[in-house]
Amino acid sequence: MAATESMNSIDTSAAMIAGPTQLADWLVLMPVVIPIVAGAVLLMARHEVRLHAMIAIGALGLAFAGAAGLLYRVVTEGTLVMTMGRWVPPFGISFSADALGATFATAATFVALAGAIFAIRDIDATGRRYGFYPFLLLMMAGVNGAFLTGDIFNLYVWFEVFVIASFGLLILGSEQRQLDGATKYAILNLVATTIFLVTTGMLYGTFGTLNMADIARKAPQLRESGPLMTIAALYLLAFGMKAAAFPLNFWLPASYHTPRIVTSALFGGLLTKVGIYALLRVFLTLMPVERGVLSELIAWLAAATMILGIMGALSQSDVRRIAGFVVISGIGVMLAGLALGSPVGVAGTVLYAVHSILVMTALYLLAGLMHEAGGSYSLHEVSGLYRSNPFLAAIALAVVLAASGLPPLSGLWPKVMLVKASVDGGAWWLAFAILLSGFLTTIALGRVFILAFWRNSPTAGDDSADFGGAGKARPGGYMVLGMLALPMIAIGVYPDPFMQLADVAAAGLLDPSGYIQAVFPGGGG
Amino acid sequence: MESALSVLVGLFFAVSIYMMLSKHTIRIVLGVTIFGNAVNLTIFTAGRVLREVPPIIPEDVVTPQTLVANPLPQALILTAIVISFSFFCFLLVLAYRAYQELGTDDTDEMRVAEPKGEGLPPLGY
Repeated sequence: MAATESMNSIDTSAAMIAGPTQLADWLVLMPVVIPIVAGAVLLMARHEVRLHAMIAIGALGLAFAGAAGLLYRVVTEGTLVMTMGRWVPPFGISFSADALGATFATAATFVALAGAIFAIRDIDATGRRYGFYPFLLLMMAGVNGAFLTGDIFNLYVWFEVFVIASFGLLILGSEQRQLDGATKYAILNLVATTIFLVTTGMLYGTFGTLNMADIARKAPQLRESGPLMTIAALYLLAFGMKAAAFPLNFWLPASYHTPRIVTSALFGGLLTKVGIYALLRVFLTLMPVERGVLSELIAWLAAATMILGIMGALSQSDVRRIAGFVVISGIGVMLAGLALGSPVGVAGTVLYAVHSILVMTALYLLAGLMHEAGGSYSLHEVSGLYRSNPFLAAIALAVVLAASGLPPLSGLWPKVMLVKASVDGGAWWLAFAILLSGFLTTIALGRVFILAFWRNSPTAGDDSADFGGAGKARPGGYMVLGMLALPMIAIGVYPDPFMQLADVAAAGLLDPSGYIQAVFPGGGG
Repeated sequence: MESALSVLVGLFFAVSIYMMLSKHTIRIVLGVTIFGNAVNLTIFTAGRVLREVPPIIPEDVVTPQTLVANPLPQALILTAIVISFSFFCFLLVLAYRAYQELGTDDTDEMRVAEPKGEGLPPLGY
């Protein structure tokens, strides 16, 4: 009791938040806490592999509900902040969910849920015993943590959480090609996160704080004296490497086609987008002036990433490797909006990122189903799928149209916004690069569709249904692809609410005063 | 003190980058480890080297009375050490397994995932 007395005698109001946290504010943590707890439970129950899928899908479903609820609250009430240990920011680590973070977290959790369902059929008992589902849940906790945290060192920690979980997923199976790909992926990603860390160390040395809102409001005073340009350039290097921007993208085509297809799908959908999120957050919220100086460089990187990425896809014959290069090309398109920095451009990038999370996952899963039906990933071998799997062909056409940015699917509108922003900003060559990369994507993926679906299989004259290589894809996968196609079609056909959401997210990035106000309500700290 | 540490950090970075430019995975892994230590020292230096006084506030007051050591960089470094150590362990095992499976630790010869001389995709039906 004596200790409590002396505690009470000290006035803690300057350092601690008085009163308990509102129950509704715990929503900020749900997309992170639920996957972490479920991942821990699965690690404890590692011998009960039969329960794994059920628990993981249930947890991701809950996390998705939490993320969607968070998105709704953030859109209606503005940025939601919760600081750990009730220390007043910037002393405590803040979680601050704004429209951007909540949108990304919702899309990511949705895709992870789809992946977990797909994995029921794709990952065998050995893979589950090896820990597929715990790794998946811990990776999701890391990804969502990165989207929602308001502290830049904490962002680094979440990066490491999802990176180390992704190592586990990548080498699941221990095949030769996986070890080869994982070596390159692991070393280059570790170098990227270490550069992120050293930059954060320099940032701390300059600002004396790690809270993002605090950095954002202190940057104007420190711009004259501090080495902010160095810090910005190093962040561009670190996050550009994580996002697979040219010329730092060579780890992606070396590794993304090697693991189980559902792992490839989740990597392609989620991990590079965390890099894009970090770029948006750092360059728009924290260092807008430095972004302006670097914008020309970012624009050239964007154009090079989209064009060279998709040219890589044109030269490949393995469907998974084509998908890897399409992911890279999409990163270039997202960087274009960052280079432009106008409200329409940033909104285009946000919408494109959501579209990319959905469509890149769908593209890899489609490759998996094509392999199941056609017996190969190589365009030299797989054929005649239109005859044997007409429903798969319909979904494949939707995915191809969406990835190429053709109507009536989700790829169209973000590209329209980005092209408009480029033309408005006078960067006609950037608009040209976006359109050219869309055209080349249409050729690369259209060729996949023509060769795998329309080309007759060599044995197709004998009208038996079970000829040669072309078998049936089991229908379970259709459901997952359909689940991913629904929001793609929704964005394509009825884009208004999604565009508004992207506008809100972009406005919150470009004018961080609301974000700062939410973290420091009294203006103190 | 900061200048001496800065020179040391510079040496660490130089050594680690030299190691990472090697073709052999084991040297790269060692380079990555030194890289991580260089970063830890950077954070330590960036947090200002003040006094070797523990940051403990006496019972009756609410702020430290003298110049004390900055505890935050130490907490950051502790986190970074734990992370980089676990990564080092993983990379070491991965490099060894890759050497076992692929029979080489020369990254130029690790071409199983991306074989040389793959032909073009079919150009027609």
